[in-house]
Amino acid sequence: METKYLIIGNSIAGVSCIEGIRSIDNVGKIVVVSKEDIQNYSRPLISYYLAGKISENSMAFRSAEFYKENSIELILNVTALSIDTKNNTLITNTGNIRFEKLLIASGGSPIVPNIQGYSKDIQGIFTFTSFSEAKKLKKYVEEEKIDNAVILGGGLIGLKCAEGLLEHNIKIHMVELSDRLLSSTLDKDASNFIETVLMEKGCVVYKNDTIENIYSENNKISKVKLKSGKEIETKLLVIAVGVKPETSFVKDTGIQCNRGILVDQFMKTNISNIFAAGDVAEGKNLITEKSSLIAIWPVAARQGKIAGINMAGGSAVYEGMFPMNAVEIAGVPVISFGITAVDNLENYEILKKSDGKTYKKIVLHNNKIVGSIFLGKIERSGIYAGLIKNQINVAEFKSFLLEEDFGLLILPEKYRKHIVVGDGIEV
Amino acid sequence: MVKPKRIIIKEEYCIGCRLCEIYCVTKHSCAKEIIKMYKEKKIASESGICFEEKGSISFAIQCRHCDDAPCLEACITGAMFRDKDTGRVLHNKEKCVGCWMCVMVCPVGVVKISQSEKRVASKCDLCIDREFPACVENCPNEAIYVVDYEGKKITKE
Ligand SMILES: Cc1cc2nc3c(=O)[nH]c(=O)nc-3n(C[C@H](O)[C@H](O)[C@H](O)COP(=O)(O)OP(=O)(O)OC[C@H]3O[C@@H](n4cnc5c(N)ncnc54)[C@H](O)[C@@H]3O)c2cc1C
Repeated sequence: METKYLIIGNSIAGVSCIEGIRSIDNVGKIVVVSKEDIQNYSRPLISYYLAGKISENSMAFRSAEFYKENSIELILNVTALSIDTKNNTLITNTGNIRFEKLLIASGGSPIVPNIQGYSKDIQGIFTFTSFSEAKKLKKYVEEEKIDNAVILGGGLIGLKCAEGLLEHNIKIHMVELSDRLLSSTLDKDASNFIETVLMEKGCVVYKNDTIENIYSENNKISKVKLKSGKEIETKLLVIAVGVKPETSFVKDTGIQCNRGILVDQFMKTNISNIFAAGDVAEGKNLITEKSSLIAIWPVAARQGKIAGINMAGGSAVYEGMFPMNAVEIAGVPVISFGITAVDNLENYEILKKSDGKTYKKIVLHNNKIVGSIFLGKIERSGIYAGLIKNQINVAEFKSFLLEEDFGLLILPEKYRKHIVVGDGIEV
Repeated sequence: MVKPKRIIIKEEYCIGCRLCEIYCVTKHSCAKEIIKMYKEKKIASESGICFEEKGSISFAIQCRHCDDAPCLEACITGAMFRDKDTGRVLHNKEKCVGCWMCVMVCPVGVVKISQSEKRVASKCDLCIDREFPACVENCPNEAIYVVDYEGKKITKE
């Protein structure tokens, strides 16, 4: 098989690449391969599915018409095995595909740490990153009438899974290695808030702890033992310690990888006709300027689109990314950006405010915002993200940053006009 | 891409009366009538408008329907979409699950959380079924007005 454009991965980065290509090239053939068996679904929605809040047929973020309208040849159930970069050929388990331009948007795969007693054949142990896993988990929960579960990992995926399980009235034991929940995006105060709401819902959190041993009977999980010594009887364990870039098929191809596939600001790899985007790609963090993995949906969407435009001969530059996160736990919404917890207070200035129900924190470095947390009240927080991204000096209006009615009005007129203007609009 | 009409803001003309909010909520209420709307207990925070005031300056701002809209990319359900016929950025409340990605990425900060029925995102739709957005029509001092895709002011009649 031959194609002009080949995309590995049919999730948000792959789909956005299609949109990028088609904004420039309406006719060039596009082939998309995915190892999953479903035409389209949104990965972040799997926790809503588990919770029973949405049905299987509401999982798509793009309709069947999308693929038709864009003349996409979508090949499902195909796994990329390697890339012959000299001959521009993708090797898959069902045959070879020659391409002119390739996008690698293979996302991430769940990390399963080495735990004594673990075997993938034991029933009742799940990871939680794909729709097929979510379906199996939901079925298991319902059929086995699960009323208590252990989740290993208190990051985004662990919390999302907890939210889903709580809807089934399951008592949850959450085990987290670090000293707080969502440790990569929240500080201790915000994390404590979340822990309190979770506890009210019947979730117990074990911090600074991990699972040391998994016990099973007749190939079914029966118990876990924590490092702290605590033993918890359970028929369900969800391993949610994170994802790693899915780069297994890139090995020995000459494509440069660190933890993820290294890309430049055009989303190009070290090989000129091969691009990468989304959770599999590693690029510069706008705030720390370090090479980073930022595995979130909006980043994958933007990167995919930029890659698509460049693959089709256009010229688009990725402005760069920084971590951001939105979750709602037991009715309490939390949004965070950038660096939210700092040890070295000499270089940073911290503004914070809390009234027991809401919490707001701004981290400044040289009068620029480098991070923030909004808990309980999240409306208008996007304005702060804009200030971070555009590296606006906030010295003049610093005292307003924590104000209840913070808005565009207090921003410097020039910046305010810039964001409000969009296209020929004045303020 | 079809370009949407846009609402222009003239902060120096805004007298801070907040009628724009009242008429926005009324228009988007079931009753579509002020008194009944009040009885429906719809509140100003349900409007598509963010009203800002500091000292003597005030203005009303609503979704900019950006050409390169970050909320469209960030939406995990496809609830936020670009209307092909009008170029507007619209939001399907049925599809929305309230993940707040759009709230997180909107640099203008104009995606709100709906307080009624379902907890989902909520924003200006430029009054999809009328020529003139309700806020603009009821602004007594032309502090907000509408322009077409070429930037030409649209006037009534
Ligand atoms: C439970 C959960 C909740 C989340 N919630 C949020 C959230 O609220 N907000 C947020 O911003 N992010 C969230 N995320 C993260 C978000 O889902 C990812 O950032 C996003 O899906 C990344 O998109 P992607 O296109 O890069 O890769 P992925 O979505 O991982 O998709 C990868 C694609 O590649 C295919 N593929 C992989 N390997 C191969 C191969 N060898 N051959 C062929 N095909 C292959 C897969 O089948 C798939 O189609 C969540 C993730 C999870 C798991």
